Amino acid sequence: MEYFLRALSAIRSSKVLVLLKGLPIAAVVVMMSCAFVLADTASSDVEGNAHSEEKLDVIHHVTDGNTLELEPFGEIHLPTLKIGDFDISITRHVVMMWIASLVLLLLFVSIGNTYKKMKPTHAPKGLANLIEVIVDFVRIDIVKANIGHGYERFLPYLLTVFFFILTCNLLGLIPYAATATSNISVTFTLAVFTFIIIQFTMFKEHGIGGWLAHLTGGTPWFLWIIMIPVEFLSMFIKPFALMVRLFANMTAGHVVIVTLIGLIFVFKSWFVAPAAVAVTLAMYGLELFVAFMQAYIFTMLSSLFIGMAAAHEEHH
Amino acid sequence: MFSTLILSGGLLSPNPGLIFWTAITFLLLVLVLSKVAWKPIVEALNEREKNIQASIDRAEQAKKESEKILAEVKAERAKAQVEADKIVGDAKAYAEKVRAELLEKANAEARKVAEDAKADIELAKQRAMMELKNTVADLAIEAASKIIQHNLDAERHKELIAGVINELETVEK
Repeated sequence: MEYFLRALSAIRSSKVLVLLKGLPIAAVVVMMSCAFVLADTASSDVEGNAHSEEKLDVIHHVTDGNTLELEPFGEIHLPTLKIGDFDISITRHVVMMWIASLVLLLLFVSIGNTYKKMKPTHAPKGLANLIEVIVDFVRIDIVKANIGHGYERFLPYLLTVFFFILTCNLLGLIPYAATATSNISVTFTLAVFTFIIIQFTMFKEHGIGGWLAHLTGGTPWFLWIIMIPVEFLSMFIKPFALMVRLFANMTAGHVVIVTLIGLIFVFKSWFVAPAAVAVTLAMYGLELFVAFMQAYIFTMLSSLFIGMAAAHEEHH
Repeated sequence: MFSTLILSGGLLSPNPGLIFWTAITFLLLVLVLSKVAWKPIVEALNEREKNIQASIDRAEQAKKESEKILAEVKAERAKAQVEADKIVGDAKAYAEKVRAELLEKANAEARKVAEDAKADIELAKQRAMMELKNTVADLAIEAASKIIQHNLDAERHKELIAGVINELETVEK
């Protein structure tokens, strides 16, 4: 209850609510324009390179690359690294992850110090208090609510996942930046971590016998031929869904924003600009919400899956 | 068209190098943040939670205790009231009894005094009557002897009888 009140007062004082009010109309406009632009880009592909310099490459803006594009100030070429045939170049998304990590480290080192200095029975002030609200929300309403007894073991991972995804998502909204979480390799890695923790927890809590038993779904033996493949697939589908959900959400939002701004260049008209900017602004509001939403969902579903893996029979 | 765009742009093709860097970055982040932030923050939150819970428990305990004491005091007061009422009632009953006894005793004494007085009076009266009888008999005997001693004439008779009567009168007086 406390979080909602605090969050509500925060939202009321900001302009986010104002931006969100125009959403239904904006969504329609966005979908139409998106379809239009994509059709246009595709047709220009077919027509060949006749006016390739005018081509709007939407996807290029959300994919990884070896340069930091800072138009009109030029671009920074990032180093390419190779170990044997293995390419471990520092790409744009690696840089963004490092920036996110740096932000998190700076933030949490200072907050950690605040906590070490003060009496634990007192609530902190200012930024530390704001972060504490979020940490406590993740701790109680996400992790404890879904895992229950023994949830403390998973807190470091889940808190880090939440803040890492959130920071990457938010950094992606800054001009010139890129969104690391809109890269499937990044979301894949995070999903793999969750997968490993789920499997490890299940082994630890139920042993190999329990792990094999869960594949049968508790059904009689003649159904095993159906249940075992289903449960085996679901084992992988869970993290796969985590991976795709985060990747698709972060990519889609950015594609829409780039497309909307691209409308100005497609129409080559000043009259389109106000409408495009207005709708983009609305999308930005939505993206701001989605940044929090996706961090929440990834953490929540990870907790849920871990909780299911850790649960004993009496908890069902 | 759109799908080729996505695939050609490398949107869905995983990049091993990026996976490598993500894993390293994220693992380091988990390690450092656990030590630097999550441990102190979560510990402080736990501590504070415990502290608040303890305060609530203590308040609850104090409330229960004070309620218990209040109930005890009330019971004691009621008991004292009953006792006081009993004492007053006893005292009243005793006083009533003492009063009745005293009254009874006084009445009895008064009656006795009156009866004694009556008996005394009766006795005195009887004694007086007895004395009177004796005196009358003596006088009669004396008068008879005197009559017998003297020759009796009419005149003398009268004088004698008058003399006796006079004597009687003086005695009665």
